Amino acid sequence: MNRQISRLALVALILLSALIVATTYWQTWAPGSLAAKQDNEIQRVAQFQIRRGLIYASDGKTVLAANRAVKHGNQTLYFRRYPTHGFASQTVGYSTQGRSRAGIERDQNAYLTASNANLGTIFDKLTDNLKGTTVTGNNLILNLRPGVQKIAETALQGKCGAAVMLNPKTGAVYVMASSPSYDPNKINSNKGYASILRSPSACPGSTSALLNRATQGLYPPGSTFKTVTAAAALDSGKFKEDSPFYDPGYCVEYGKRVSNAGNPEAPETFGHVDFLQAYEHSINAVFCNIGMRLGARAVIDEAKDFGFYSEPPIELPSSSVEPSGEYRFENGGLRLFDDAGQMDPGRLAFGQDKLLVTPLQMALVAAGVANGGTIMEPHLVKKVTAPGGSKTVAKTKPKVWKHAMKPATAATLNKMMQAVITGGTATGVQIPGINWAGKTGTAETSENGVYDAWFIFFAPADHPKVAGAVVVEHSVGGFGGAVAAPIAKQLVQAILPATSK
Amino acid sequence: MGARSLIALRPRNRELLYLLPVGILTGTGFASVYIARQSFVSWGSLGYALFFLALYVAAHVVARFAVPAADPYLLPMTGVLTAIGVTEIYRLGPDDAFKQGLWIVVGVGLFALALIGLRRDYRLLENYKYLFGIAAIGLLFLPRVPGLGTTVNGARLWVRVGPVQFQPGEFAKIFLIVFLAAYLREKRETLAQARLKDIGPLLLIWGGCMLTLVSSNDLGSALLYYGIFLSMLYVATARLSFVVVGIALFVAGGIGAYQKVPHVKERVTIWLHPWTTHTVYCPLTGTKTLRQDCQSYQLVKSLYSIANGHYGGTGLGKGTFNTTSGKPLIPYINTDFIYSALAQEIGLIGAAALLLVFMLFVARGMKVALQADDGFSKLLAAGLTFGFALQTFIIVGGVLRVIPLTGITLPFVSYGGSSVVANFVLLAGLLLVSHRANSQ
Repeated sequence: MNRQISRLALVALILLSALIVATTYWQTWAPGSLAAKQDNEIQRVAQFQIRRGLIYASDGKTVLAANRAVKHGNQTLYFRRYPTHGFASQTVGYSTQGRSRAGIERDQNAYLTASNANLGTIFDKLTDNLKGTTVTGNNLILNLRPGVQKIAETALQGKCGAAVMLNPKTGAVYVMASSPSYDPNKINSNKGYASILRSPSACPGSTSALLNRATQGLYPPGSTFKTVTAAAALDSGKFKEDSPFYDPGYCVEYGKRVSNAGNPEAPETFGHVDFLQAYEHSINAVFCNIGMRLGARAVIDEAKDFGFYSEPPIELPSSSVEPSGEYRFENGGLRLFDDAGQMDPGRLAFGQDKLLVTPLQMALVAAGVANGGTIMEPHLVKKVTAPGGSKTVAKTKPKVWKHAMKPATAATLNKMMQAVITGGTATGVQIPGINWAGKTGTAETSENGVYDAWFIFFAPADHPKVAGAVVVEHSVGGFGGAVAAPIAKQLVQAILPATSK
Repeated sequence: MGARSLIALRPRNRELLYLLPVGILTGTGFASVYIARQSFVSWGSLGYALFFLALYVAAHVVARFAVPAADPYLLPMTGVLTAIGVTEIYRLGPDDAFKQGLWIVVGVGLFALALIGLRRDYRLLENYKYLFGIAAIGLLFLPRVPGLGTTVNGARLWVRVGPVQFQPGEFAKIFLIVFLAAYLREKRETLAQARLKDIGPLLLIWGGCMLTLVSSNDLGSALLYYGIFLSMLYVATARLSFVVVGIALFVAGGIGAYQKVPHVKERVTIWLHPWTTHTVYCPLTGTKTLRQDCQSYQLVKSLYSIANGHYGGTGLGKGTFNTTSGKPLIPYINTDFIYSALAQEIGLIGAAALLLVFMLFVARGMKVALQADDGFSKLLAAGLTFGFALQTFIIVGGVLRVIPLTGITLPFVSYGGSSVVANFVLLAGLLLVSHRANSQ
């Protein structure tokens, strides 16, 4: 019988060694693909065993995102809590059990969970792991100014729209507001989430509060785009500040009349004007003719120099930052297109045609003019500090993003934008003691008599400290100068004494 | 007492020496769980280790008296396995660990009784072979008796008498091995000629077992019993053709069951395709969901748990077994899925070491069978050892998706009184055979 027993022993040992082989497979080859499975909750739990870094506003005191420790048996989990209940919600974003992450919480996840490649962080995390203590993420201090951001959010309350304000010299984003907003603490509950998803009543048929209108809201720019057309015209050398024009109230394109604003039967007519006046009074007919002379290609190329057709390099997930440019419906969705032959140069020049832009991009247009033609990268994060807050892990340095136009062009445009406030379409928002500059926009929407009201601006005009854009959707009969510009004025008044110190 | 008995005593001294690392291992294991739970080492962990050491020293003293010449490795290896099991059970739920500790005491008690009672000659069991055969069937039928049996996890395997609940199947396994060893020893020559007359009673008892098992939905045990039967038949008759025919019959039966029995078909489908990308019908809820959220939920979660261990494991007490809302991730984690819990916490290094202990146990058990000098002893030791190996393979292989998953316990490691007690009896059997072989 011994031969049989030996064989049986061999079979038994082969069976058991197969188990070692299988275990090796599951623990060395398979973990990568298993970790990526949607239903792998271990991976999700692991994220919550890390005490995420805190997120602060620019004052380093206002906490925008904190943690709540929950003990289950012998494991402690850290869930996010947002003490401000909706401060720059779409920008700060969320990190929850059920609905993963959005906004800065998602984009800066590596710093917030201490999984970034910074040597000091790696060392701290390793010692945390060896000691068995909880891994703690790095803190973020944002550029967002709590007071001014609050003013922007209050001004936009009950409306649909967005406001962006930044420092044109450094790119530091002081304000990024999107309305309607939401309380990120409610994201995780099904009921709360459903209420957030509900279409806002201020702009029926529009998308939910989760959308960051400042970076992914696509709007026709209306007359604010004349700033880009004017830059193209001046850069081309074919036009000067005092180039003369005659405005009969319309321009003729493709054999048809394109009228100025107002009643198409009797549009407002300015007669003989120069270039500055045409910009100051936002005369469509003049810009229509300029567009036709320059051609769509030249205008689009200038727009690209301003950053159109690319995503601004801001600290938000790519999925919530949209590029600006000409869009058309293709394959069941809106797609950027760049074929100048398919564009209408006259209408493009005054910001209609198929142009769609984000408020962030338009703020960067204003910032480009303010900063002598150079656009800096926009940044939400001021610095990253180690847990405890004493040590700085990383600090954001100002960086050039685009050279939008010649410095001389920027100087001329600065003058033109000042004229808009001193004697043009936005005389209602003058600020005593501060000389500032802007451009209104009133973009037609698919609904008759309903406009998207715009204002882009920078202040003070001679030494710009802030630049920005405000858009208010769905303004019934409201013009940019009357609806959006007053919000911009509030923001400028709120921040200027603070920054000039 | 002469020089000979001095040599014979030497294995027991070795056994005592090997129990020392077992105590240290238990102490370290409990200490790390304590640290992970409360961030401090309490004397309680040391208490647990000392208690276990004392228990095994007691078992050793009984062995020293009853089976002085028996293999010195088997008892310490059992110690390692139960220590690892109880540590992990403690980590998953301290209350269960206390009960498991009690069951180990009962197991050691029965182990001592078996050694003392059968120390002169265990071969007298041969005379009661039919009693063992009938008792095996009786035990298997017990859960089906109204008022006694209870259904756990879809299978009717449990018997409840007052506050005590146990799985008679675990003991039926040992009784069946005793019966088969005695019966096959007696009939091996005639069986080798494969005459229908002699195979009759054997097939009858076997058929009874199979029927009970398939009808009570316990496929893991059915596979285990069939494997034990075939292996012992092969050892007794030396005819490979029996094994070939037996496997062919099993495959044919398996295909038949796959087509006819929905429970079997479901198990195989889960094994082959645990993940689906489109929704399929879910019989548990009656709706359409992804299979990984329904039938293959346990298997998939167990694989995630194993994968999370990587090479070194998360460390004892630091694995993830609960969702973010505190609900358990894997049902039956301390019985059927104890291996996936361990693999996560001790990693590939630890899990491979654990499997090596199982392999060493099997190697020693088979050596006992080789050294024994009568047919009954050889068959008994080989049957008990192969049963132990096959049971390990069926549950761990199921958890690792090597074979379809069926729920049975991992010997000495899983939570479960019947399993622990029955395996201590199995250990007593091996030591009795070993002592007799070595003292010849």
